[in-house]
Order: sequence, then structure tokens, then C-alpha cells
Amino acid sequence: MRAPSPKAALLAAATGLAALTLGPAPQAAPDNYDAVERGRYLVTLGDCVACHMNPNGNHEGAQGFVGGRPIETPFGMITTPNITPDRGTGIGTWSEDEFYRAMHEGIRPGGARLYPAFPYTYFTKMTRRDVDAVYAYLNTLEPIHNPVDRNTLPFPFNIRASMLAWNGLFFEPGEFRPDPNRSPEWNRGAYIVEGPAHCGACHTPKNMLGGDRNSQHFAGGPLQGWLAASITNDQRLGLGSWSVDEIVEYLKTGRNARSAASGPMAEVVEYSTGLMTDADLRAIAVYLKEPSQEATPAAARTPVSGDDDRMKIGEAIYTDRCMACHTGTGQGVPHMFPRLAGSQIVQQEGSEGVLRVVMQGVRAAYTPHAPTSPAMPAFAWRLNDDQVAAVTTYIRNAWGNAAPAVSAGDAANMRRLLENRP
Amino acid sequence: MSDERLSRRTLLAATTALFGLVGTADARTVTGLPYLGNEVYPPPEARPGPWLFFTADEGAAIEAIVDRLIPTDDLGPGGKEAGCAIFIDRQLAGPYGRNEGMYMQGPFPANPLPTQGYQNQLTFAEQYRRGLAGLTAHVARNFGNRKPHQLSAEEMDRLLTSMEKREANSPEFNGSALFDLIHNNTMEGFFADPIYGGNKDMMGWKLIGFPGTRYDYREVFDKLNTRYNRPPVSLLGRPEWNKAGGRT
Amino acid sequence: MRRLPRKDAVIVGLGWTGAIMGHELCQAGLQVVALERGPWRDTASDFNIGTAPDELRYGIRNDLFVRPSQDCVTARNTMDQVALPIRRWGSFLPGNGVGGAGIHWNGHTWRFLPSDFNIRSHYLERYGEGIFPENHMIQDWGISYDELEPYYDKFEYLCGISGTAGNVNGQIQPGGNPFEGWRQRGYPTPPLRMQHAQNMFTKAATELGFKPFPLPSANLSQAYTNPLGVTQGPCTYCGFCERFGCANYSKSSAQTTILPVLMRHPGFEARVQCEVVRVLKSGDGKTATGVVYVDETGEEWEQPADLVILAAYQLWNVRLMLYSGIGRPYDPNSGEGVVGKNYAYQANSAVNGFFDNQLFNSWAGAGSLGITADEYNGDNFDHTGLNFVGGANINCTTFHARPISARPIPPGTPRWGSAWKKATRDNYLTTQNIGSQGSNMSYRDCYLDLDPTYKDRLGRPLLRMTFDFKPNEERMSAYVTSKMEPIMRAMGAKQIVSNPKKGPWSVVPYQTTHNTGGAIMGDNPRTSAVNKYLQVWDMPNVFVMGASAFPQNAGYNPTGTVGALTYHAADAITKQYLKNPGQPLVQA
Repeated sequence: MRAPSPKAALLAAATGLAALTLGPAPQAAPDNYDAVERGRYLVTLGDCVACHMNPNGNHEGAQGFVGGRPIETPFGMITTPNITPDRGTGIGTWSEDEFYRAMHEGIRPGGARLYPAFPYTYFTKMTRRDVDAVYAYLNTLEPIHNPVDRNTLPFPFNIRASMLAWNGLFFEPGEFRPDPNRSPEWNRGAYIVEGPAHCGACHTPKNMLGGDRNSQHFAGGPLQGWLAASITNDQRLGLGSWSVDEIVEYLKTGRNARSAASGPMAEVVEYSTGLMTDADLRAIAVYLKEPSQEATPAAARTPVSGDDDRMKIGEAIYTDRCMACHTGTGQGVPHMFPRLAGSQIVQQEGSEGVLRVVMQGVRAAYTPHAPTSPAMPAFAWRLNDDQVAAVTTYIRNAWGNAAPAVSAGDAANMRRLLENRP
Repeated sequence: MSDERLSRRTLLAATTALFGLVGTADARTVTGLPYLGNEVYPPPEARPGPWLFFTADEGAAIEAIVDRLIPTDDLGPGGKEAGCAIFIDRQLAGPYGRNEGMYMQGPFPANPLPTQGYQNQLTFAEQYRRGLAGLTAHVARNFGNRKPHQLSAEEMDRLLTSMEKREANSPEFNGSALFDLIHNNTMEGFFADPIYGGNKDMMGWKLIGFPGTRYDYREVFDKLNTRYNRPPVSLLGRPEWNKAGGRT
Repeated sequence: MRRLPRKDAVIVGLGWTGAIMGHELCQAGLQVVALERGPWRDTASDFNIGTAPDELRYGIRNDLFVRPSQDCVTARNTMDQVALPIRRWGSFLPGNGVGGAGIHWNGHTWRFLPSDFNIRSHYLERYGEGIFPENHMIQDWGISYDELEPYYDKFEYLCGISGTAGNVNGQIQPGGNPFEGWRQRGYPTPPLRMQHAQNMFTKAATELGFKPFPLPSANLSQAYTNPLGVTQGPCTYCGFCERFGCANYSKSSAQTTILPVLMRHPGFEARVQCEVVRVLKSGDGKTATGVVYVDETGEEWEQPADLVILAAYQLWNVRLMLYSGIGRPYDPNSGEGVVGKNYAYQANSAVNGFFDNQLFNSWAGAGSLGITADEYNGDNFDHTGLNFVGGANINCTTFHARPISARPIPPGTPRWGSAWKKATRDNYLTTQNIGSQGSNMSYRDCYLDLDPTYKDRLGRPLLRMTFDFKPNEERMSAYVTSKMEPIMRAMGAKQIVSNPKKGPWSVVPYQTTHNTGGAIMGDNPRTSAVNKYLQVWDMPNVFVMGASAFPQNAGYNPTGTVGALTYHAADAITKQYLKNPGQPLVQA
């Protein structure tokens, strides 16, 4: 047998690197890396490839940064730019200072303003040293020529100058300032969450103009036809009942005994949190349990009555189609079928998440630690809008759960939304 | 079903590189674990309406036959009310009627061994067409120039018995083969999922106590040797899936 | 024909053996491509819980099996008959697509008895030459149970098999099979829960002196994470197992145990709807250089590879060898040659019991939910004076009551009309059977070759099967069945109907998809096609997986042994062969 092919050797090397960052103790602190290696890790913290990778799904090496992937925003599609060091179509001509200004202030070389779909509102918290490391890493990539049509937003959002006013309203540049009264671990978590990992970009509700609603920090909300779950400390809706260990396991493997990452969060786990060091995941979890800003606590809810028609119909459907995985008591099977009883995902105020999962199906995140990635089958082909509304209302209000009932109109809206989305 | 599957898969392979199916010189290469939301392959659902395969006379003959094979009696409704004729019609109009997927290349020897199974050159649809023509002629000859559906219940039972016992066989009419075919398809119709047009309201399942497609019978093991009380459910659901008065 | 870049290994077929081999070879650093002629299949899309439990589509119209229009077999009972094509599947049901027959199996996961592997020398020593039937071709396997034990273990822990051990390192365990060979440890998961029928059988059989034990099951009793990190859910006793895909990840298959890892391995790729039509050979005919396959558009491709693994179903492995001129074809007249030799099957039987006042609710079952008694299997009992070789396991299973196919009525009941209707209703929930899985010896005139008349859609000859049940098997089946009847009586059946296996073999009623032989293993290239590592004797870079390697069939379902042989072969390839590629692992 001949020696393994060059591709295999390359992959073996890449795997080796992954092992370096993921391996068990002792783990090198990111600070000890040289700039490029720190940059490589920061790119993972920032989940850059999720947006900048080749739309064909290839995210190996420089393909993870060639851009062209359409990103859905409430205002239209934004196509991500090429951030490989290609001089014509990438950032090959950018200086270190220009790169920092883009990350820190949202301003491109030449002065054009970036849209906050690029989360500079979070990256501004990153230290100059870290941003320089990202720059150093990106410049080690193979330059790939890939022109991307960036002007895909409809009027008036295609006027980049409008971002000047937006920034005045919602954006305050400035690096993260550690809280001296908190532990280094908490501060590390705060830095990652509020900076490079830009968790609030999805998990903090946006106002009409796309700015963060700070009073609802991490309270979650609708997102691209999904629902970003609350990651506040609320017992029913947030992570209040999750232990630090459970949060770490979820972010690292995409699974824990109660839940599974799916939809956009599956990508976050696969490309970002699943590749972070255990120390950083723990720091994130510690911070999320005591965030710097607490959202207003959610109001208590009374469950929809079991006498409600929707609950009876929903129970019938659940018994026939759902309990073979999620069990009759909604307990699920740890690390396989998510627990519905007490699930915060199921009880979010908005029903987009459960509707999408029930109607379209979804696959759980894949990580090397939890490779199974089982999938929920689709039901929109069989259940009509009334039936979808009933079964989702049921799982949101059975076994001690409580959440607003789902209407047939909600299901119809989701059905329309999903028409052209695989 | 096979053709639909192939075309869907081909389409996926050709268009959705994003999900790991690549249609290039490497031909149908799969890497990674492909996944698409809403990917599902439901069976074709039989819809109410006119015959798709049978002529009016053929349909009437089949309805009369299935209603004697499975008669309406004190145990409940029979084959006609259960939709067995509709089931057979829809099957014959589909891949089954065309013997799709079967090996249909010749030669077809005249005298195969019984152990060698199906060696008929005709498709199932053709066997019905010819068989029912032969039956019509046989009935006209032996039952006073009437059509099969014009026979009384007793006459039909007599006819079916003679066919089953090979007593009606002649060079023009293989009555026993037609009986076996209709009998087989009638039983399929009475007990197959209602999605295919028979077993209306799951009446075949209710007759015997088959609970259908629930997929989780763990609770049975807590109470062995006792009657299971949950109502049956089909691929279409059950009445409790709808508000009172809704369709199954 | 277009030529593709070379791979380290090409695997023909992506079912159980292809997936296991693919994973082991990729772990060893090889670049591997698997060519599968059927479609991609995945749990959520293909076995959606809202479409999977469909008896007509899958159980009757055979939606998951290879279409006979794509490939089938001609069959006859004796050499003087004209074989005719099996135009629709009946007696057996070959799989199709990724996962193969491992998608729609029931999940019985057995180890063969130690004496099954040296059956010829064992019987010869204990009973003398006279015990063997006329025209038999019974051979030792060329491998011992002890050699295979670690690989049985590996396969069982891949699958998470649910069962009760009977012999751990020589210590007989309560509640297990006292006749089984030693195992290094217990099963990965406890047995399934038992139904009413199994409880009755256990009581009756125990009182009669049997030692019944839970049938080892690939429908898992509880969630399980295997050594590859892949998790399965618990079985919910839905009653749609054999002939169906599993909707809730609770039946072990390539999909539920290996593919999530294998498909993401950077060294692996699969090509689906690509049918391998022949293996290519070097000029001197001593080495395979790759394979030729046809994609679904009809285009031909050459896939060069250093290592060729035939991992298709038993029948198609043999057919591919015959097409490609690998190994000398078997000639039943001279008894010479090896490819196609020793085709065997399984001699099963049943005893049906009709009961009053018992509710078996058999629709609440699982493919492998059952209790077994092994007293009359293999050589667990004294064959002196019995005039047959072999035996059968005795099972009381509850695996389905799907109503198109499972509506038992007592003999003499009319097939239609009100009397039929009443009998159907009265007996549906109150009938139970006891079955046996019987061994099937090999015979000079039971073999596989290429049909002279019938061709497949690509114009290639179909495989021809010449097979019948012989007096040895009929005597064995009658004997074991006679041991089942007293158990059924003790269970309290009001009426008992026995169906021991009798010839002639018919292609029509379903019997079992346990076709074996045709590329058998052994210790001698003159009498076997492959060595104990499943390596072709005279083409060392070709390995042939599967039950085609069985020299004759034992009284158990084959998948456990197929899995063990695959791991055994993979271990030899990765640890020995790759150090010295192209060389035989056993000197002839």
C-alpha cells in the first residue's frame, strides 16, 4: 500500500491541530500562542466561517473565508464578503489599522460603513492585540479570488450612509473593560460572550431598526424563521435550571441530557463553541449564569387548560407520532431525543422554534464528541395547520409546561416561510 | 414509488451541493452526512372519485365480489363499504398494476414448476382486464345472460366457490387464478392502511384489534394479557386528530 | 468508459460489512470509496415515523428491497430442471441501498456454536463418517470460535446488543444460554422486556427441562452509546421491524451505528446508485486493479484501487466473482472449482398454537423480542441413531401482527365469507407460534452459477440457484419440531398445527433471507474460495465479506457471524496485509 495521499496527510495535520486546541489537560492559555495561532483560535471564538464560508458548504482552510454566503436579515439578504487575503476581491490590500477600524468601528477602508449584520458592535469590545491576531491569521490563508456581489439589500437599507445615523443611536465603540470585582474566569467569559462570540447578535431581541433591546439582554426572539432561545437566567424560559456543567456540555458537544443544538445553533456549535477550550466554555457558562445585564424577569404563565380542544387534539397526535421518541411523559431520551417537559426552548413566548422543528424537521448538531446528530422528522406534509397548532400547543402546555397557545395562523405563516427553504 | 424516489434523489444530487451530495464527474458522490429539512417520501394517497382503472362494469363486478369475500354481517361492514374495490382500482392504476420493479423479461415457459412462483407474462392490470372479461362471459353463459353484479348473494357465493375450487376453469377462463388474485388484493385492501383507499375508517383493523401505526407500545408491557384500549391510528391519523366532525 | 483517480480501497456495497470495513480501513489511514447500487437512505427522511409503519408499501410491495427488474436470481430445485427467474421476491428478500439488508432485518444477533466451525471434524470424531448425509460437502471453516470471539464481541458492542450472557469466560451464567461458546463479557445492554407469550413459553419450557433465555437482540432495550460515540434510542415495540426501516434509531444498522462517523471521515466517500459490473484484473490475472461501475445514467466508470472489498449481499458477491473470473467456478459434475460451491439456506419450522382466553397482543413486539431454547441446536444433543447432522434453535418470538400477512386461522376454516371473518377476529390476538431456525448442510448439487438464458437489464447473465431441502434437513426439522410441540401443549394451546420443513423448496412463501455459501472460507485453496481472513486464495488483494463465506449454514441467524468475520478480516488487513500488500495472509 502506498503512503496516504497528500490530502489525507493534510487532514491528519489539521486533525492534530484540532487535538491541540481540544485536547484534555493541560491546555495552553490562548495568550501563550503566537499571533497567528491566537488568531486562528479567535476566528473560532468568533464563528467567522459560519457566515464567510463558501456557500457550497466547504469550509476547509481558506474556503471558510471566501464569502458569498447570503445572510438573512430583517431588512433583506446580505451577502458576506471575501476575507481571504486576495488583493482584488478579498482583504489583501488592507492594513492592520484598516482591519482594526473595520472591526472596532464598522468602517471599511475608504470610509464606507458596514452593516451590523457584521457584528462590529460586538467586535468593538475586542482588544487591539486580539484583532491584530485575527488579521495575522487571515493573512496566512491562501488568497482566493472570489468576487461577491455585496449590494443585495433593498432600498433604503442599501444606502450605507444611513448607518452613520444608526451608529449614533445604537453603537458605542470601545474595548471590553474587565470588572475588577469579578473573577478572572467571569471576566474571560464576559469578554468572549460580549465580544468575539457576539452571542447577543442572535439572543438579544432587536428593535425596529435592528439595534439591541438592552432591557431584554439575552431574552431571545425570532430569527431567520427560527427562534433564538432565551439565555437569561429565567427558570422557565432561560438557563436558570441549567448547571454550569450542562451549559459547557451543550456548547462543547451540541448535546446534553436535556437538549440538542439544532438549526443555526447547530452551526454555532459545529464551527465555534465545539472547538473552544474547556476553560473558555466554562468561563462562558459562568458568565451566562451571572451576566452583566439582567433582563427583566419574564412574567409567570398559566398553562393552557387541558380541556381546551387544542390540548386534546394535540395529545392525540403526540401519543401517535411523538411519544415513540420523546416518551409519553415528555422526558425524552438523554443525549438522543430532547426532553420536552420543562424545556425552555419549547416554552419560549414565540412559537417559531417549535413550529419549525415540528413542520420541517431538524437535525441536531454534529460534533466529534457527539457524532450521532439524530434528526427530527418533518410533519408539515401530513399535519394541517390546525393539527400543527394543536400538537405544538400541547407540548408547550403539558407536563407542567406553560406557554402561549399556537394558532393555526401561526402554523400557516411558518408553512409559507418554509416553502422554499430546505 | 421507485421512480419517484429515483427522480427526487437525482434532483437532490444535482442541485444541493451544499448538503454533501455532489453531482459532478464523480457521479453521485456522498460525503458528510446529507440532510435536508422537509425531506420525506410519503406514499401516493388514494383520493375519492371515479374509477381510475376499472370500467363501470368491471368496477361493479369487483364491488359485488369483494362484498361476498368479506360480507357485511353481525361483525360489521363488508368489503365494498371498506373500499376494497377502490383500493384494487387505485393499485391497478399505479406501479403495482404495471408490475413495476418485477423481472418481466422472457422467455415465459408454458409449464413452470409450482415452486418457481410467478411466471405470468401479463401485468396484474392485464390479468384483471382479461380475467374480468372471461368472468363476464362465464356468468353470461351460466347465470342466464346476466352480469356479475346482477347475481344474488347466494349466486355470487356459488360462483366464487366454483372459481376457488377450480371448477369454473376452462380454456377461456382461468377462474381459479382470477379468484386467487382478487382474494389476495381484497384482503390487502381490507387490512392495508386506509391511505390506500381500503380499510375505510380502519374497519378492518377494528374488527380484529390491530392498533395501527402508533409506534410505541411500551405501555402494553405493564399490563400483559389485557385488552389494549387506545383507538387505532393510520398513516392519515384518527378522528381524534381533528375537531369533532372533522375528516380522519 | 472514464477513469477516475485511484483509491487505496474500493468497497462494493455499503451495508453492514461495507460500512464496518470502510470505517476500519479509514481509521488505518486509507482513502476509501464505497460504491452502492441502491439509493442513499437516512432515518429521518426515509423512515419518517409517519411513513415507516406501512405494511402494504414495505411488507407486501417490497419497497426497500432490490428490484428484481434491476437484479434477480433464477431458481430450480434440481440440476435437470430449467431454472426460471424469481420475478418477485418471496422466499428471501435481498436488500438495497445504503445500509443494505441491515436496514430491514429483525435484529437476531447470534454467535454460532464452537462446534459449528469445525463441524466436519467434530462430527467425524464423535459419530464417525456414517453420520454424514449422501452427497454432502460439509467442511470445517478454517477458523475456530476462539479466534473469532474478540470480533463477535466487537460487533455486539458496536450494535449494543440486548441479551443475557450464558457463558462468561467459561463460567455458566444463570438465565443465559448454557450451550453458547465462552464470551469475554456480558452483553452491552440487558434483554428486551418480554411479552405474555414469552412468559408462558419460559414457564412451560423450564418445566419440561429446557433452559430458555432471551434472544440476543439488535432492537435495544435501552439507549446505548457505542465505542464510536454513536447513540441509539430504546426500542418501543412498534411491531414494524423486519422489512421496515426503524424510525426511532432503536434498531442497529449501519445508519444507527457507523455512518454518522464514517460519512464524516475525511478518508471516506460513498457513491450511490452506482452498480459495480465487474472487477478489473492485471494482465497476469493475479491482481485486481479496481472495478468498473455503471451510474444511474448508464455511464461506465473505472475506479482503480489497490484493494478491492466485495461487500455486497452473499448472492451478488458470488455473481461478481463469476463475472470477473475471480476464483475457479464450481462444477457440480466433477466437484472441482470453488466459486458458487456450497450454497445453503436455512431449514426453519413452526408450531402454531390456537388459544382460548389468552391475549397475546402480538402487534406489540420487536424484531428480536423472544425467548430461545438451544437444547436441540448444533451438536448440543446426542445425534446417535438420529440419522441427521445439525439442529435448530427453538424460539418463541413476538415480532409483529401486521394484519395483511399475520391473520392465523385454524386449518379447515374457509378463506372468505362470514365464517372466515369470525375466525379471523377470534384468533388474531389469541394465536402464538414457536419457531425454529435450522441448520442447512451443503451438498454437491446445491450451488450457484450463471444462468444460460436470463439476463439482467445490463445484458449480464442472472445468477442461477440450484437448491432443495434434503432428507437430512427434513429429518432434522421433523425431530426438532417434535420437541417444540410439547412446549406448545404445556403452554395450553387448544389446537396445535405443526409445520416442519419439507421439500421441495419453493421461491414463493417467505422463509428466510439467510442465503449462504458460494465463496466459502476454508484452509485449502482447492476446496474453498477464500482463506480465514476472507482473502481470495488466488487474488490476494480481493477480500469477500459476508455469508457467502459460510461453508454450510448453522441453526442461527447469520448477521452476528457476518459481523465478526468482517472485523476479523479488517483486523488482518490493517495489521498484517498493509505491511506487505498483495501477499496472501495464509500460505496455500
